[in-house]
Amino acid sequence: MDHTGHTNVAEWTAEDPVSVETAVTAFRNELDRGYFAVVSDGEGHAEQVHTLPIDAGLVILRRPIAGG
Amino acid sequence: MTDVAHTAPGPVIASSALPEVAGVHWRARVDAARLRRTGRAWTATTVAHVVPFVGAGVVLAVVEPLAAPVTLASLAHAWIIPELYAQRGANVVRPRSSTVKTAAAPEQRALGLLGDLVGHDARDLHGQTGLVLERGRLGVWLVGPAGALLVRPGGRRTHCWCVRVPDPELPTADRVAHLLLALRADEEGFATVANQAFSGATWRVRRRMAKPQRPALRAAAVAARAL
Repeated sequence: MDHTGHTNVAEWTAEDPVSVETAVTAFRNELDRGYFAVVSDGEGHAEQVHTLPIDAGLVILRRPIAGG
Repeated sequence: MTDVAHTAPGPVIASSALPEVAGVHWRARVDAARLRRTGRAWTATTVAHVVPFVGAGVVLAVVEPLAAPVTLASLAHAWIIPELYAQRGANVVRPRSSTVKTAAAPEQRALGLLGDLVGHDARDLHGQTGLVLERGRLGVWLVGPAGALLVRPGGRRTHCWCVRVPDPELPTADRVAHLLLALRADEEGFATVANQAFSGATWRVRRRMAKPQRPALRAAAVAARAL
């Protein structure tokens, strides 16, 4: 998540190794910047992921939260 | 919000614990039993505030009717202190005029993504109240940009938490989406990281909320009664 509201970091298809490699690199870079990756499964459930799930339809990168 | 997208759904490699919990390692993890204990402690605190002032007021009224102003002051304390606590709880979701104004375009984009994350009803309720309704295992949540309410099953008790993304320049809808995703990833971890501001009767919180937001708590209470 960023100040633009929504940035598309990478797109890939499993059949295209170059796009996967690019997406994995972008994914790691975002994790290094402090983002957490989440795959949302609808209401009430999401999975935190540490490696790019190649088969996931959408991976969202969120910022850390803190008590107010 | 940033994302990486792919065309086909499938299994994921996952770990569900919220990483932010490590930052508050001294806190016991919140679960249903802990919420019940916390709720009882808040009730006991309220009683401890109200009973002495009411008792003092009654005794004064009986012993010295001429001390009526003091009696009234004592009864006022018994009323005001619980109201202030409830106000503190309601404030976690109160809309604030931010000093940092987000441009309209990012706000709209963030709103679009948030809309994609929730269902039609939750989207409509957010449009009306600014709060996202999310059913969880601990109860029904209302998530705002800087706080969340949890209506426990049955709908009678509400817990209020201050929780935020520490970046004031993010669009409002994006901040809600961040919190929503963290909540979905680890509900108990989310409640552990957040700072509890209040726990008490849902009606006490509702009447201290901003009027446009009250329908959200009403809807959450109705949903919680069905849990």
